[in-house]
Amino acid sequence: MKKTFVRGFATLSVAASLLTAATSCVGDLDREPFNEVTSDVVYADPANYKMVLAKLYAGLALSGQTGPSGKPDLSGVDEGFSNYVRQYWSIQELPTDEAVIAWGDDGLQDYHLMNWTSNNPFIRAMYNRIAYQISACNEFIRESTDEKLSGRGITGVNADNIRKYRAEARFLRALSYFHSMDLFGNPPFATENDQVGSFQPRQIPRAELFSYIESELKAIENDLVDARANQYARADKAAAWMLLSKMYLNAEVYTGTPRYTDAITYSSKVINAGYMLQKTATPVSSAYGRNFLADNNTSPEVIFPVAFDGEFTKGYGGTTFIIHAGIVGSMPAAAFGMDGGWGGTRTTSAFFKLFPDTAADRRGRFYTKGQTLEIDNLTEATNGLGVVKFKNITSTGAAGKNLTFPDTDFPMFRLSDAYLTYAEAVLRGGTGGNAGQALTYVNELRTRAYGNSTAGNISASQLTLDFILDERGRELHWEGHRRTDLIRFKKFTTASYLWPWKGGVKEGRAVSDNLNVFPIPSTDLVANPGLKQNPGY
Amino acid sequence: MKHTYLAKLLFLLLFVCAGFTSAFAQTGAVSGRVLDEKSQGVPGATVLIEGTTLGSSTNADGTYLIQNVPAGAQTLVTSFVGYNAKRQPVTVTAGQTTALPDISLAENTTLLSEAVVVGYGTQRRQDVTGSIATVSEKQFVQGQVINPEQLIQGKVAGVQITSGGGAPGSASQIRIRGGSSLNANNDPLIVIDGVPVDNSENKGVSNPLTLVNPNDIETFTVLKDASATAIYGSRASNGVILITTKKGLSGEKLRVTLNSQASISEKTKTIKVLSADEYRSVVNSYGNASQKALLGTSNTNWQEEIFRKAYTFDNNLSLIGSVGKLPIRASVGNTSQQGILLTNKLVRNTGSISINPMLLDNHLRIDINAKGSWVDNTFADAGAIGNAARFDPTQPIFTGDDARFGGYYEWLNGDRTLNVNGTRNPLAQLNQKRDRSTAKRAIGNIQFDYKFHFLPELRANLNLGYDLLRSNGTTAVPAFAAIEFSNRGANNIYSQKKDNKLLDFYLEYAKQVGEHRFTVLGGYSYQDFIRDQPLDSYQASADGTIIKAAFPFKTQNTLVSFFGRTTYNFKDRYSLTATLRNDGSSRFPTGNKFGLFPAVGLAWRVKEESFLKNTNLLSDLKLRVGYGVTGQQDIEGAAGNYPFLARYTYGEASASYQFGNEYVMTLRSEGYNTGLKWEETTTYNAGLDYGFLDGRISGAIDVYVRRTDDLLAKVAPQALTNLTNEIITNIGSLENKGIEFSLNTNPVRTNDLNLNLNFNATYNENKITSLGNTLPDFQGYAVGGIGGGVGSNIQVNSVGYTANSFYVQKQVYDANGRPIEGLYADLNGDGKSTIDDRYRYKSPVPKVTLGFGSNATYKKIDLAFTMRANLGNYVYNNINSQQAALSGISTNGFLQNLTPDFYNTNFRGYQLFSDYYVENASFLRMDNITVGYNLRTFAENKSNIRVTAAVQNVFTITKYSGLDPEISSGIDNNFYPRPRTFTLGLNLGF
Repeated sequence: MKKTFVRGFATLSVAASLLTAATSCVGDLDREPFNEVTSDVVYADPANYKMVLAKLYAGLALSGQTGPSGKPDLSGVDEGFSNYVRQYWSIQELPTDEAVIAWGDDGLQDYHLMNWTSNNPFIRAMYNRIAYQISACNEFIRESTDEKLSGRGITGVNADNIRKYRAEARFLRALSYFHSMDLFGNPPFATENDQVGSFQPRQIPRAELFSYIESELKAIENDLVDARANQYARADKAAAWMLLSKMYLNAEVYTGTPRYTDAITYSSKVINAGYMLQKTATPVSSAYGRNFLADNNTSPEVIFPVAFDGEFTKGYGGTTFIIHAGIVGSMPAAAFGMDGGWGGTRTTSAFFKLFPDTAADRRGRFYTKGQTLEIDNLTEATNGLGVVKFKNITSTGAAGKNLTFPDTDFPMFRLSDAYLTYAEAVLRGGTGGNAGQALTYVNELRTRAYGNSTAGNISASQLTLDFILDERGRELHWEGHRRTDLIRFKKFTTASYLWPWKGGVKEGRAVSDNLNVFPIPSTDLVANPGLKQNPGY
Repeated sequence: MKHTYLAKLLFLLLFVCAGFTSAFAQTGAVSGRVLDEKSQGVPGATVLIEGTTLGSSTNADGTYLIQNVPAGAQTLVTSFVGYNAKRQPVTVTAGQTTALPDISLAENTTLLSEAVVVGYGTQRRQDVTGSIATVSEKQFVQGQVINPEQLIQGKVAGVQITSGGGAPGSASQIRIRGGSSLNANNDPLIVIDGVPVDNSENKGVSNPLTLVNPNDIETFTVLKDASATAIYGSRASNGVILITTKKGLSGEKLRVTLNSQASISEKTKTIKVLSADEYRSVVNSYGNASQKALLGTSNTNWQEEIFRKAYTFDNNLSLIGSVGKLPIRASVGNTSQQGILLTNKLVRNTGSISINPMLLDNHLRIDINAKGSWVDNTFADAGAIGNAARFDPTQPIFTGDDARFGGYYEWLNGDRTLNVNGTRNPLAQLNQKRDRSTAKRAIGNIQFDYKFHFLPELRANLNLGYDLLRSNGTTAVPAFAAIEFSNRGANNIYSQKKDNKLLDFYLEYAKQVGEHRFTVLGGYSYQDFIRDQPLDSYQASADGTIIKAAFPFKTQNTLVSFFGRTTYNFKDRYSLTATLRNDGSSRFPTGNKFGLFPAVGLAWRVKEESFLKNTNLLSDLKLRVGYGVTGQQDIEGAAGNYPFLARYTYGEASASYQFGNEYVMTLRSEGYNTGLKWEETTTYNAGLDYGFLDGRISGAIDVYVRRTDDLLAKVAPQALTNLTNEIITNIGSLENKGIEFSLNTNPVRTNDLNLNLNFNATYNENKITSLGNTLPDFQGYAVGGIGGGVGSNIQVNSVGYTANSFYVQKQVYDANGRPIEGLYADLNGDGKSTIDDRYRYKSPVPKVTLGFGSNATYKKIDLAFTMRANLGNYVYNNINSQQAALSGISTNGFLQNLTPDFYNTNFRGYQLFSDYYVENASFLRMDNITVGYNLRTFAENKSNIRVTAAVQNVFTITKYSGLDPEISSGIDNNFYPRPRTFTLGLNLGF
């Protein structure tokens, strides 16, 4: 009796287990994530669009999904290094007279020595960051078309808002394509019409890319929020105008055809949009200096910032890098609202000499104690003067929320740049503006720089192109414009302007013109056989 | 299918236990004694009534008693590892004890009839067609062994086990025949009593195998080639290690064994750095004024301060035998191990029980195994090791006047605030950080093996298993401590939960017809893995203020497999094994989920042919050839469990973006690959098993080629085509080729002296043969991050070279053989010195690994040792590259010590990429020497006392200039030194 029962039970339990197993378990191979969400779930809810848009902006400010680090967007590179603003700052400033860096990180010295190759990890990191940003924008733009929204039943205010988000995503994509065009010349190209993972991007000629960005920026003009009417740190019409005016100013470099009249048109649109220079100094800061402090979000002259915050937007890139790295030698970190320096970035004597009188011109603030003017050794942080500009203290002198991760925003576009663009375009023969206005704008900047004194003002005859380049250095240094400016003035590679260690020698030397664009990284040449390397690499 | 079978398991357990109360009448007992060739009693031999699980292990004097043996004619099988088994007919009389004459066993190291554990069952060794190595208790590494894998370190050809360093419970890297993958997992599959265990990263546990007590292990079986491993298809590409734990036998008398060990460990040496006086003189001659001003007046040897003599106590108590007819083994263990780095400690408690009843006239065998462990870790911050080598020796440990940082000396800025960049005081780093974890693991299974009543050739086997892990930990640092000063201390917590389930079912039909023997097996396997980390990212300051809120993480993956195997044997001479496995993984997209993995192996016992049958010199000769394909899908580490799904990840609050006055959390689109599929490794193996002089000389030679195709590698997708810059892709191929050789000899065998020597050698060559499309100047994918430059990598994966080859610049030397700073050969001949001049120079993987061991017995004394050598492995000396250049002494207002290599190079700046720092790290290490003494005369020969003394890490011979040449990553930096350990042990059995 007992045996029969046991046997029966054994057979039964085996059969039962088998049955349940065979029927349900192959289906168990379709597992869904617990913490992540699939794409269709994300876009079904209108509230999520804003979070995806926030990521596109954060693509400029952060390195990943954990602040300050931990879930990086990019791999194969140190997460802190992979940040957009940090990369962009480095690639625009380190190869120029404005900045040198002490660190021996693989390939970093190549920037100032101008001996980079297609295997340079920093160039690759910049390239990958730009490509990542464009791909993320493409994905959002693809998923937020009117057809898709109505297909998901999203209408009314929600749909109107998402339409604005989509225009901003297109602006951010245009911005990154502008960087790509400026840095890499003929980069690969893809739009929202190319599906993830299933196509081979073509290489777009620089001039064609120029037209594409131009058409994009003009196409979104109506959908973007009016200048100064959007939430802080989000792009508006003026951001698009400013980007257009910068493109037109450099159009000859990109396409061979000058567009100075357009540069005047669009810089004027920006200037007339209601921005004003910050003209009030405080006991702890000059009026000019307030644009680079922890409360620079209140500045009336910032057109498009990349926002950082000591509590909510933390990373090792952006202003965390710019401020930390710039604290060298005996510079007192506390005076910068920071808990220490990273002993990295200084400037060359060539840049220092752009300031005839650093006492009068409030923009020329250098740290000299224990620093040498001339640089014997690039990797020695006490060689070269420190630059005192970005700080994590407010205009009343209070330190930012966090001594490691500053609240200071990075001013990507500032009114001064529009003024100087206008002046330069007029000088270069653009129409629609006039020389008198150009001089007024320049002197407005100089008056502020000299502490509301006209002592530094210049005459019409002094307003030359060379003066403009120097003035751009004085006004916009360490804001990520220098390399583009030097190229436009044909001084980046030539012997017409030498700075210490240009081309890898202490006294400076001319280098090959092919260095005006960076190489396409070898990793992408391998991945995409349709790409052709830029000349000379 | 959810959790119901756990309940079922419990129920069955109760039921099975109840089943034993019924006793069978008509039984008798059998007793006797087992002797070796010297007529000494053989303890621990297995004596078994054939066709049953009734049996016993012999006592210290070789005697045995088997009870409850059914009356009538029976056959007694006596076996012992290292000896030929003997069969002895016996007629058992009911109610009586039948005394048998002494049974003499003859030594034989080849053991042809021994049952070998293979996947899903056992095979006779003579029928095995694959490359399989077995290591049993007798051959285990002795001394203080805390992690199970160390038991077989250096014992098996083709198996390389490298401990992660000297920290208690640190993870070992195990490689069988080299790594077959680039970015997928390269660890072998480990199966404990039929349960494939989860060896992936655990929070709060460095080495998941630490949670298994080595004392419970009876044998390791290593399946090396595909014809052996293919039955485990999906997870077998890197080989399989089967661990069998000790079990009781029915009718065996209960015996108790007590194992007790006490050890003392100490560092062997420290990293060579300048003494305080030497350092003062260097700074005073080369430094600038501000650097000189930072020098102190103390003389501190920081490395002497952070290490200590460490004590370990290990006690194990086990019970083995049978209760009535129920075979049982139970054990408890307690280990308390200190690390030589201050504060570091591991305490482990383990318990295991295994019962193996036979029911239904021996038709149903049930194996129940349950193992549990509880580990308390106190981690020490290993960063203190590097900091101790770096810290300025002219500074004191304590300031004496500044109590701010707990009194410890810390680097300050000019304004006396903390210099956040400064090297932290290593003693403060150890003493001010309390980093503890508790991990509990339970592994168990219940296995039913049923021989059908109407068809005894048919067997059904159901195995239900689980592997559960619970761990949690805390890190506490006071607010005043310099290491967490900017966060105002730390009070972090984390936890992890793993629930892994297994169901295996198979049917096997075995039949012998004349000279033909064959088996056919068909089965199904289901495995499910869930990992849950509810407190991920959580960070708080010392006062409990939350710095980062928890960001829960949970993930799951599932494997479903169908498998079949057939074996065929003709005349005991010709064997064939054919395997087919169809594996499904949830990690691949629909359409690619399943992979089909075939394997076939052939063996020819040449010795049995008539032309060799009468040769006495040759005692065994078997040829084996095998071919098979195995799959790889373990890409969780590189790509997570859902790499093919279009999905979005939430950002944490600390990674929000400002829109006006609000901070908006983000949603990130993740890269994905809808074309992912199985990576496949094809193995060809040819082997020869040999034996001479009745097995006194024996061993095997194997040659193999393993080619991995559709390599799962993280490569750059075409820019703009995906939502990431590196994505796991089936691209390229990789090849491992090698030769393995093993030799076991018994050169001296007299009454008093018995000497066994064993030797194994492996040559393995690893090469990446394709990474998809390549261009001539493409350097490959950089790996191997180093200290000294953030984001700098020293290794590369390139086509035509060994994975993880060093990628460095060729140093130019002056006439005196000194490296010239910054001068490197212009290898690409472009007249410039750029990073394109780097070349692939050597790799961390040894070309040749050797193992050499011996067991010797002289009367009551025994001696064993294990030596290992690695040849052709190179290490990048990251200590020297960071600490032997003048620019290393001072950055950002603090000083750092140098190594004496500075005197050789006189480098002013770092030369991180110089091949000067890539050093030959070939070595010969005496891993272990153990001496034992047996006292067998205790308590009328019924009991056994054995005392042992062991030394581990006795000496190392190497040309490598750093601390230890055996570093699996090949990058020497912050390495926790392996201590030298002296152990006294006592083994008591009664």
